[in-house]
Amino acid sequence: MAEDTKEDTQQQQKQGERSVPRPQFTDAEAGALTFPSSESRSFNYFEPAKMRATTYEDVTVDVQPDPSRHLTQGWIYGFAKGPGGYPAEWTELKSSDWHVFLDPNEEWERTIYRNNANVVRQIQYNLDNAKSEKAFDRWNGAWVTFVERHVGAWMHIEHGLGMHAFVRAQRDAPTNMINNAISVNGMHKLRFAQDLVLYNLELDDQIEEFDGKAHQEIWDSGSEWQPVREVVENITAIPDWAKVVFVANVIFEPLVGELFRSGLVMQLAAPHGDFVTPTIMGAGEADYDRDLKYTRELYSMLTGDETHADHNKATLNEWLGEWTPRVLDAARQLQPLWSQSEAKTVRFEDSLEQARARFAGILDDLGLETPQEVK
Amino acid sequence: MGRQSLKKSHEKIQELSWDPQYATPADKYTTDYTFEKAPKKDPLKQVLRSYFPMEEEKDDRVYGAMDGAIRGNMFRQVQERWMEWQKLFLSIIPFPEISAARAMPLAIGAVPNPEIHNGLAVQMIDEVRHSTIQMNLKRLYMNHYIDPAGFDLTEKGFSNCYAGTIGRQFGEAFITGDALTAANIYLTIVAETAFTNTLFVAMPSEAAANGDYLLPTVFHSVQSDESRHISNGYSILLMALANEDNRQLLERDLRYAWWNNHAVVDAAIGTFIEYGTKDRRKDRPSYAEMWRRWIYDDYYRSYLAPLEKYGLVIPHDLVEEAWNRIWNKGYVHEVAQFFATGWPANYWRIDGMTDEDFEWFEHKYPGWYDKYGKWWENYNRLRHPNGHGPIAFEDVDYQYPHRCWSCMVPCLIREDTVMDEVDGQVRTYCSETCHWTDAVAFRPTYQGRETPSMGRLTGKREWETLYHNEDLADIMTDLGYVRDDGKTLVPQPHLDLDDPKKLWTLDDVRGYPFPSPNVLLNEMSPDEREAHMEEYRRGGPGGRPAKETADA
Ligand SMILES: [Fe+2]
Ligand SMILES: [Fe+2]
Repeated sequence: MAEDTKEDTQQQQKQGERSVPRPQFTDAEAGALTFPSSESRSFNYFEPAKMRATTYEDVTVDVQPDPSRHLTQGWIYGFAKGPGGYPAEWTELKSSDWHVFLDPNEEWERTIYRNNANVVRQIQYNLDNAKSEKAFDRWNGAWVTFVERHVGAWMHIEHGLGMHAFVRAQRDAPTNMINNAISVNGMHKLRFAQDLVLYNLELDDQIEEFDGKAHQEIWDSGSEWQPVREVVENITAIPDWAKVVFVANVIFEPLVGELFRSGLVMQLAAPHGDFVTPTIMGAGEADYDRDLKYTRELYSMLTGDETHADHNKATLNEWLGEWTPRVLDAARQLQPLWSQSEAKTVRFEDSLEQARARFAGILDDLGLETPQEVK
Repeated sequence: MGRQSLKKSHEKIQELSWDPQYATPADKYTTDYTFEKAPKKDPLKQVLRSYFPMEEEKDDRVYGAMDGAIRGNMFRQVQERWMEWQKLFLSIIPFPEISAARAMPLAIGAVPNPEIHNGLAVQMIDEVRHSTIQMNLKRLYMNHYIDPAGFDLTEKGFSNCYAGTIGRQFGEAFITGDALTAANIYLTIVAETAFTNTLFVAMPSEAAANGDYLLPTVFHSVQSDESRHISNGYSILLMALANEDNRQLLERDLRYAWWNNHAVVDAAIGTFIEYGTKDRRKDRPSYAEMWRRWIYDDYYRSYLAPLEKYGLVIPHDLVEEAWNRIWNKGYVHEVAQFFATGWPANYWRIDGMTDEDFEWFEHKYPGWYDKYGKWWENYNRLRHPNGHGPIAFEDVDYQYPHRCWSCMVPCLIREDTVMDEVDGQVRTYCSETCHWTDAVAFRPTYQGRETPSMGRLTGKREWETLYHNEDLADIMTDLGYVRDDGKTLVPQPHLDLDDPKKLWTLDDVRGYPFPSPNVLLNEMSPDEREAHMEEYRRGGPGGRPAKETADA
């Protein structure tokens, strides 16, 4: 270190203060002078979807470079067996321009935190209310068991898909827009899983006979849940990012996710005097609605692709053929849960029928054939 | 957090994870490291119920400050010299941020520890936050700063400029190759723990000294997430150390990651802080002083060195050599001079150095003027177009450098340059360690051991190769660094916007073919090449060509 530098420091210490930079008038403000490009105040390397780019587009588009756009020196790190970066070949689906996809939810920093913070605040508020009204006192023993076991089991699905399907898939897609949408989806799942497990903790505190550990045993060995678990684990084992998102959001969510959350829990809770569980489950339903928006946008872009529509439809139909029977079979194995309830407000077949209709509707929107099994 | 204590909640969320019974997650991202499943605590107890509202509040403060800055006419006090370098810095940094998000599954896949997974997933969304908050800051600069050119083409510039490519390592290196090398050693143990200190602490204070208090607001908010990331990385490192088989790889990766981070980050941030500032108070710490304090003392001596007792082999020699490059070999000055030499291939303007700057440099780095002073005087002399070419094409006692194949910063410390034929191509390296990185480390075997997961250095790594002997005017047109009148260049070697005659146009840079040093080197005969390299190594400092008569 230079000697005079030490002196400077000593001098400062002697004086007991450090000098501070003086502000200067620079007039470096927009409009102070006119010159070429002095009014060039929009990002000009991409074509916005509408006349003016949205904040979402500005903060998202082209942040992940692409050799087919502006990247000239190519990816500078590679894997041992193949190129680095974000090769389009990491999915079987093809696009004439992956960059066309924009997240209809326009998720970026502010929306992500605002939305999820609102959800956790709302849940906390509902829980506080329920406690002050002693709402849990109204629950009967059978319902307590149902919630501790089956609502409990569900948290594992959200967590597993969040961590090992969505968080993983967001590494792989060829654009920042797609990867960000998938990572937000992953956070929804992880947050919802935590919402459920912390709800479980709260119930454990509030209800004497509530067994806060029962969910683990049910998830590990409860016969109704094992087929679902097998499906979930197999989804996390899919290496193709677009297949992971498709199987999870287009097949699994309507046929099992909504079937359980809306088709069962939301229906049974009220007749059992439970007005709290639906608000928690509702958060998961709202997440899925939000995530389904980007999912529809993405896959309808692919099925409507000017050159690859046929290839994509064939591939997606193949995935449907491979996965629909497995997922549907797992859904059917959940049937005993419907008969465990004393309140026969809803029949399994009705709930499943609704789930099938929802599934068929999504496929229709995407221009895909509804598989034989669900017709 | 409500009545449930954070500790209790955090314990409870551990119940969410489970071991697969039917199928294991796809292991696309492999590692040559071995981990045993062992309980490992997340000391920071990250729970999303408190995380989301906390971050939302931080955002509110950032956006409040942004509104305030605009209402308070901040840009009337901002130094253009500083803001111009932000066109480079802020074009690079959102990509490393988002790459860190993309890196998280690599770490999650490599480490069989659910408690760590939670922390890593939170880091993923933090990084989405960082990337978009920084893009938004840049958009604000574009909208309110006097000269938006260069901000307006930002991500394109990042993708096609040699300087963006140098920065891209600090990003691609997080997401490619051996999962642990990338997502833990390079990203967290070195980049985040050592070098974000200079990025997120030194940069903001220098920004504030140059009238910009928004960069500090945004970067301090970003930095406040960083301690959680550092903690994630540290836990993984301790787990890796528990297995003796990993130590050889840890030694390799720490050497590579340390050296590459030094080469890349010190080049960029050193230049911004020393040459991008108007703050020449003598008691303002120099980059070297900051480095000594934050990287040498805080990181190397307080964080890294204590890990030696757990069996980590610390690259003491490379830490000392990095310091030696900064303090004795003028690394930052050589880089800044190179950036300024290359101004007509950039997308930002570079202010020349004045007598006040000279005095400060001489005070902080005794002997500076003898090495660099004359060149900067020439830079000023040639700043306006007046029938001469850009400084790189004029006789100012400067030899355009070879480029380092590994770190992609040019071989500026001429005597350290290494030349070798690797993968059938004659390549140059800025240092022994960069040569080792390419020739030894990034290979499928290491010291006789199979390393099938290790990555590769790929791509067109010498930027000049893309445009070998093309006309500078055509290159600039192709790059798109031209203003909206179709002829004035985005970059300028000065800050004068008051008179169009002072601004360089395509016409002023036409007629200058731009050769690639690497192509020329490969065209030489072996003897010519040896002679050329011998002479090159005798050159410098300050890029001076070797004197005609070698003492040999
Ligand atoms: Fe970050
Ligand atoms: Fe190098």
